[in-house]
Amino acid sequence: MNRKLVVTGLGATTPLGGDVPSTWRALLAKESGITTLEQEWVARHQLPVTFAGQAAVAAKEVLSVPETKRLDPSSQFALIAAREAWADAGTPDVAPERLAVEFATGIGGVWTLLDAYDTLNASGPRRVLPMTVPMLMPNGPAAAIGMDIAARGGVRTAVSACASSTEAIANAITRLQSGEIDIVVAGGCEAAIHPLPIAAFASMHAVSRNNENPAKASRPYDVARDGFVMGEGAGALVIETEEHAKARGAKIYAYLVGGAVTSDAHHITAPDPEGTGAARAVIAALEQAGAKIEDVVHINAHATSTPVGDIAEYTALKRVFGDHLANICVSATKSSTGHLLGGAGAIEAIFTVLALYERTAPPTINLDNQDPEIPLDVVTSPRKLPDGEILAISNSFGFGGHNAVIAFKSAN
Amino acid sequence: MALSQTEVLAGLAEIVNEETGIDTSSVQMDKSFVDDLDIDSISMLTIVMNAEGKFGVTIPEEKVADLITVGDAVNYITDAQ
Repeated sequence: MNRKLVVTGLGATTPLGGDVPSTWRALLAKESGITTLEQEWVARHQLPVTFAGQAAVAAKEVLSVPETKRLDPSSQFALIAAREAWADAGTPDVAPERLAVEFATGIGGVWTLLDAYDTLNASGPRRVLPMTVPMLMPNGPAAAIGMDIAARGGVRTAVSACASSTEAIANAITRLQSGEIDIVVAGGCEAAIHPLPIAAFASMHAVSRNNENPAKASRPYDVARDGFVMGEGAGALVIETEEHAKARGAKIYAYLVGGAVTSDAHHITAPDPEGTGAARAVIAALEQAGAKIEDVVHINAHATSTPVGDIAEYTALKRVFGDHLANICVSATKSSTGHLLGGAGAIEAIFTVLALYERTAPPTINLDNQDPEIPLDVVTSPRKLPDGEILAISNSFGFGGHNAVIAFKSAN
Repeated sequence: MALSQTEVLAGLAEIVNEETGIDTSSVQMDKSFVDDLDIDSISMLTIVMNAEGKFGVTIPEEKVADLITVGDAVNYITDAQ
């Protein structure tokens, strides 16, 4: 990379907390953000799955009434995360034309779309709200952020299912390397805890049905894992050139040293069991970083807690790292947060950055009996990372055969 | 029972506030939705829709363009009840 890139601001709203500090504290304390859904529609539809990772702090407790009325819940989460990240970065005074947004979603404004359809059925077309289209469009969250911080250097939305927000961060690298911009707000969001997506994910047997014990349902690498757990929220990172950050005296969390995207062309939902596409993404990210595999000390894995996916990711990692994999500590933080789909990569990027910044790998909960077919060194209690210059990667994979990997290097 | 002009104004001000964040005290009879309150066309349509629901009236689409001021809307709703 010809320009060095740094992370200078972090923001999130997650099932563990309404901001980054509370989320990180809860994660290190081995808490679960997964709870039973109390909404009346769960019983009305007799949903086969009755739990999820709902945002710990409701968006309406943070935003103004007009913001909650004019933004889909996905955009509400996005705005909350982006504002925290922007403030954390010191509310940079930048030329709007040199500021961009790369903000992803997996599904988009699904609440708005389905609410509007319910309104159409119940009351006819005159009752369908005029804001329906801008609220449901998948670029809505990115556009809302762009308006809020006056970003005029381009506002884009990566959509690649559960790889979306990692891809958005990889795209931010490309934009910054082009020289056209100096600073980006990147990340992703999701707000899909609605009966239809729950029914649809259940229909394809992708999600856990551990209704009796929701906090134990998301259990990556455990022999008893039976699917992922839906979560909601958003994560945002302020990424800029090192030159730009230093000129304004910004706090630097970590270097963003690599980002790569590949595709399997294997199956619409199943991961390639050989893990070749995922492995190529890891290798490409490390090549961009100018790093050796031995430099990597920590991985925030995609690890959704599905029987097939967790093994496929292990296979890909083994393919890349070989014997060095035994020296890498792996965190599967979806065990605590659930799976934020288009927001997952963003909050996991934040966890990876904080792991480097605080030299502490976050724990994986619910690992009672590790699958013998996945002999990874899984972090089950917060673990100290080595001193000196260290590298960590974060993986995200999505339906459609999308693989996205980003790499960070310690800066402190 | 039909609402008074003052009650319709108060109700409409709440709708405008929820949609746009404009302070209810700024929503006065002589204020123009576009020139004084800076309300865009999508917000105006949403306000009309919410007013229809709140006051149980129908405001035809061709009539919306004639509602220049807050007073125009309050009078129309008061008469239409």
